[in-house]
Amino acid sequence: MVKNGLKVEKLNLWFADKHILKDISFSIPDKKITAVIGPSGCGKTTLLRCFNRMNDMADNLRIKGKIILDDYNIYEEKVELSSLRMKVGMVFQKPNPFPKSIYENVAFGLHIKGIKDRSKVLGIIEKSLKDAWLWEEVKDRLSSSAMELSGGQQQRLCIARALATNPEVILFDEPTSALDPQATAKIEELIVELKNSVTVVQVTHNIGQAARISDYTAFLYLGELVEFGTTEKLFTVPQDKRTEEYLEGKFG
Amino acid sequence: MKGNSVKGWQMLEERIKSLKKEIVNYASLVESMIEKSIDGLYKRQKDLLKSVIKENEDKANEMEMRIEEHCIETIAQFEPRAKNLRLIIVALKMNNDLERMADHAVNIADSASFLIELPKETFIEEILTLADETKKMLKDSIESFIEGDTKKAEEVCKRDDVVDDLQDKIIKALVINMCAEPDSLDSIDQKVHIIIIAKNLERIADLSTNICEDTIYMVEGKDIKHGN
Repeated sequence: MVKNGLKVEKLNLWFADKHILKDISFSIPDKKITAVIGPSGCGKTTLLRCFNRMNDMADNLRIKGKIILDDYNIYEEKVELSSLRMKVGMVFQKPNPFPKSIYENVAFGLHIKGIKDRSKVLGIIEKSLKDAWLWEEVKDRLSSSAMELSGGQQQRLCIARALATNPEVILFDEPTSALDPQATAKIEELIVELKNSVTVVQVTHNIGQAARISDYTAFLYLGELVEFGTTEKLFTVPQDKRTEEYLEGKFG
Repeated sequence: MKGNSVKGWQMLEERIKSLKKEIVNYASLVESMIEKSIDGLYKRQKDLLKSVIKENEDKANEMEMRIEEHCIETIAQFEPRAKNLRLIIVALKMNNDLERMADHAVNIADSASFLIELPKETFIEEILTLADETKKMLKDSIESFIEGDTKKAEEVCKRDDVVDDLQDKIIKALVINMCAEPDSLDSIDQKVHIIIIAKNLERIADLSTNICEDTIYMVEGKDIKHGN
């Protein structure tokens, strides 16, 4: 049996009177890549942002239901947002390194975590950059500005930054939409590699990418989870007509 | 005029339509090859058999290659998914099945060419019955694919047993016959060719059931092969 990385139970979300996510329940398997696909406005990014409570700041937000990580509901009051976000990292559509050095970018989460020992910090930075396949390209210029890196390198730096806090889950929100095909291929390969150590949830408009790299796929339409299953099955024998038509490009 | 532009999925649907048309044309050629092989045998018309061996086989090979090429191009260009993907994969497999049927038709024409040089063999009528059943199965299997009719496909699969029985009966009767006249070499030769024809017809029926099983997979995504 596949261990659950994240369990979503009857999740409903409203922005003011707009019902964005409707009664969503499914389990995201541990150490696998789960893609969330669906047409624009179906709620997939909103769902992704629920996993580390990034929606909390929005006005007029109302959430019902649970998201279970490590046997507790992340929406319980006692949950500290900073420690939740250490456990559930996020990489965004556009690479968003801080306008600081490469070193400081990766060390950022470690400072928040209170890790001050310089050799320890250096060790984690090296490991994170290696795990994000960036080390060889930047090891001689850790103090250079992150802004000098190419788009693909910046995105890998953001992945290294997320990895540094040793997360259980990394959320990717369209991580390659701003990258060229070569940089995209590298990030895809990297994500596949990452699932050896973390659970990956990825929102993508790129259906081909979801088919290539994800183990499981969830199809969202108008805020409803229409179908969830292994990527092989969903892409070859979808059970719902709406999934079939979306995959065939008839809407979206 | 963005509103009138052809969308990607429409382009794929057009491609699939023309692929289906090519498959139907190919199946028609194979049907006519079987028809001519059996007619040539029954009516003892050498020219019919010759046209299967000399002309139709090359045409069939050429059509197979073209359809395969079109399937591969469609996958590369359109990255079909879900039902469209299943359809293209099934078209590729059918293409292969049809090519093998064409080979069986050529085998039948070869044996028939030998048989028509000899006095009329008594088992020709049974072969005709077997050929009729086989041709019907092929025709219905192609129709089930074109119409996406899984009921018809299931019904064709069931008819495979009828063809198997007919073939068994023919072979059994021929073997008994051969045992009764073990010294008549000409007659044994003749009967072996009748067995070859029966065997090839049975293979064509078998390949028709493959097409039906694939049709069920194409429509429902259900694999019913090997007792699944």
